[in-house]
Amino acid sequence: MTDITPSSNNHDESVDNGHADAPAKLGYSPVAQIPHQLRVTDTDPKAARRAERQVAAMFALSMVFIMAFLVAYIMIDKAAVVYIPVLGVVGASNVALGLTLGSAVFLIGTGAIQWAKKLMPDVEVVQERHDLVSEKDDDNLAVANYERGKDESGFARYKIIRRTLLGALALFPIPFVVVLRDLWVTEPGENPTEILSTTMWTGGLRIVSDGTYLPVRPEDLPVGGLISGLPEGLLEVQKADHNLNARGKAAIILVRMDPEQIRSQQGEGWDYNGILAFSKICTHVGCPIALYEQRTHHLLCPCHQSTFDLADSGAVIFGPAARNMPQLPISVDEEGYLVATADFAEPVGPSFWERSRT
Amino acid sequence: MSTTANHPVEQVGGVTAKYVDERLGSNKFLGRNLGKVFPDHWSFMLGEIALYSFVVVLLTGTYLTLFYDPSMVEVVYNGSYVPLKGIEMSKAYASTLDISFEVRGGLLIRQMHHWSALIFVAAIAVHMFRVFFTGAFRKPREFNWLVGVGLTALALGAGFTGYSLPDDLLSGTGLQIIRGILQSIPLVGTWAAFLVFGGEFPGTDVIPRLYAAHILLIPGIILALITVHLMMVWTQKHTQFPGPGRTNSNVVGYPLLPVYMAKAGGFFFIVFGIIALIGGLVTVNPIWIFGPYMPDQVSAGTQPDWYIGWLDGALRLMPNWESVIAGFTISWNVLIPSVVIPGILFTGLALYPFLEAWATGDKREHNLLERPRNAPVRTGIGVSAITFYGILWIGGGNDVIATMLNMSFNALSWTLRITLIIGPPIAFLITKRICLGLQRKDREKLLHGYESGRVLRLPHGEFIEVHQPLNYKELAVISSKEDTLVLPAPAKTDADGVRNPNYRVDQLRHKLSSFFFRDNIERPTDAEIEAGQAHAAHSAALEAPLYEYEQLDQDPVGHGGVLHHPGMPATNQEQVDQRQ
Repeated sequence: MTDITPSSNNHDESVDNGHADAPAKLGYSPVAQIPHQLRVTDTDPKAARRAERQVAAMFALSMVFIMAFLVAYIMIDKAAVVYIPVLGVVGASNVALGLTLGSAVFLIGTGAIQWAKKLMPDVEVVQERHDLVSEKDDDNLAVANYERGKDESGFARYKIIRRTLLGALALFPIPFVVVLRDLWVTEPGENPTEILSTTMWTGGLRIVSDGTYLPVRPEDLPVGGLISGLPEGLLEVQKADHNLNARGKAAIILVRMDPEQIRSQQGEGWDYNGILAFSKICTHVGCPIALYEQRTHHLLCPCHQSTFDLADSGAVIFGPAARNMPQLPISVDEEGYLVATADFAEPVGPSFWERSRT
Repeated sequence: MSTTANHPVEQVGGVTAKYVDERLGSNKFLGRNLGKVFPDHWSFMLGEIALYSFVVVLLTGTYLTLFYDPSMVEVVYNGSYVPLKGIEMSKAYASTLDISFEVRGGLLIRQMHHWSALIFVAAIAVHMFRVFFTGAFRKPREFNWLVGVGLTALALGAGFTGYSLPDDLLSGTGLQIIRGILQSIPLVGTWAAFLVFGGEFPGTDVIPRLYAAHILLIPGIILALITVHLMMVWTQKHTQFPGPGRTNSNVVGYPLLPVYMAKAGGFFFIVFGIIALIGGLVTVNPIWIFGPYMPDQVSAGTQPDWYIGWLDGALRLMPNWESVIAGFTISWNVLIPSVVIPGILFTGLALYPFLEAWATGDKREHNLLERPRNAPVRTGIGVSAITFYGILWIGGGNDVIATMLNMSFNALSWTLRITLIIGPPIAFLITKRICLGLQRKDREKLLHGYESGRVLRLPHGEFIEVHQPLNYKELAVISSKEDTLVLPAPAKTDADGVRNPNYRVDQLRHKLSSFFFRDNIERPTDAEIEAGQAHAAHSAALEAPLYEYEQLDQDPVGHGGVLHHPGMPATNQEQVDQRQ
């Protein structure tokens, strides 16, 4: 029967409470009444020496790995690849550098912990906590000093000084907030509502295909097909503006369906022989949309799965988007290329506070 | 530090310590603190992992700044990654490709940076769970909880700003979503978006601005807060789990020098080493596959880093509500999941210690951790919050899950929407019941010891089940339970019939306190515990001769074997004596 209550821990050999005499002198002592199991390294000098060798071996091996790191850095071509099961074909340099550096550092850690666990004392010791709350004397002193400060400065007496000081301090951060205004340097008359409500599209502007930037004819798009479209001249605008802003608003998708299947549109005759143009920017939070299910005419946003029915004015049929995909009215020009007949009738992309005022 | 050093290095160290001490008085600090005791428990390593991975983030991040160019100027790529040759891209993206393909060790550092950032946030989360479920946030550590909540929010900010810097297609889509979220904020949102992006999206300002936030502003504040966090731990001394010899007014553990320093220091190298190994072996954020950012392109199945998944899930699961009030548009479908819900969660986290202390009227100092089962309501609240978070997180991958399980994501989304509402209360009830069940079991152990499962027939014919007393460790742990009384219901009027002005507030506190504690299973008194353990020890002692008998006989009798049958001595003891 093993009795393991603290009162009878008289298993002489295995219990040792006096094993940490030195710390006791420093003001703490081992926890009384906890039987302490001596480790092999405490009793067997051979085992202790073995542990010592293990720790030293880990530190030595760490040095070897650093050398290996240097060799890998110099010798392995940065373009070389290597096949590793599970991982597949990976960059040889990256794997070699990671393995050598990781192992070197890891071994320093395991060495230190092995040292602590096998060779340093493993007797838990006790230290008393001290009250966090201040002594009464300190407390009084703080109050006395505060009162003296208040009195000597006259902070309580000089009402007008106090109020003007507080006023000055309250105003002093204002400039730092105001200068943030020009985070966006604005031309006179420029305002966000206006910018968000207009795109590059105008009546007669040709639609070009994304990628080739060539104008699109209705024949290029079979029934059931989809093309990502952009306004002609976008690349020149991008070059001139040095940004992608115009692209972010003007991107459209062209889909063609049997005109019989179009249940509704956002405007009378905005299609061209079953070809419909919709904004590509989701009305939820602005992800570009390109997942199109030809059979159902559903357009799905890959970010948050809002689903729009393009045969029904781009209406939302599922997901978090609140508004229809804006439709771009299109036609063909005299040369037979698809063109926009006007800009979008409403702002494209996510909602904003002033949206309904446009 | 008077030195008894005999090694020349120690002599130099001693002289240096004296030199510094004469100028800073530093040896007073060292004398007091080199022997500081730190309690040991595996769960205390979680915060260490967070700290150490942050150090790795800082080191690797510094290295990355030497090679990365935070510019949105378009360049034509001409590096060694063939599929992107000749493609226009921002300098930010091109320089990240260069770090990955031209700089030797660059990819390793980049992947270590990303992995350690992911581990940093994960370790913070799990560390926070530990602190929450053990009540370590209670007095006197409320301030440190607040600092921790701040660090959590900053860690998310640091992660997101860094994630966006490569200007690849995946992270750019994330920025586009941020633009949408900013625009949903009533009144100031549109302007906020234009100021952040320097005009229209995507503009050319946002990457350099995120860079400033990512490498200076946010890490600076994190570093300052970590310092405060650790200084408070140092001053207040670490909490400890209940155990033998451990009280509310002491610390039991290992002294800083040498054991704790060796263990904690060694653990730093282990965390560092593991991050380097993962960085070498496991690809993370392969931006070369995503391609440069284009506002009209996107890839299917896009996923943010894990810690943003819950926000993305919230955006996905929210119904599509939008309203126009007095001519202004309010996008509830964006505002609620991305601004209101995170706001409520973080505010709730920050206020929880104060709410609990107020509701329970607990003003005691707690240095001994509470076992989660002994605070069933707190544990239940924590689990239901994690459930809420977890469902949002699953929602963030609903397209991937639907594809993998080959099910309709519409059905999956509706299931998650409903689960999000009913899941947390159910999780609360189940958790609370489990905690109370464990409390009952604990009470039984204190009063009767363990059921050993061994049946013993006593000499006079009685059958008993042997109960074993608890061992000293378990006894200390289980009996550490502290019962808190429900705050009394307030009277509407006092004895003189005067209306109690605080009646409503007091009534609320009474109800909350009752919600917290009314189902609590009472801890037996010390005397009852002692009696119970003594009784168990007695029943165990009855068994002792059986073991002696077994040893003598060399013919093992199974536990619960019948010792007494006709013709045999009357008592176990006689039996043994006879044999001898």
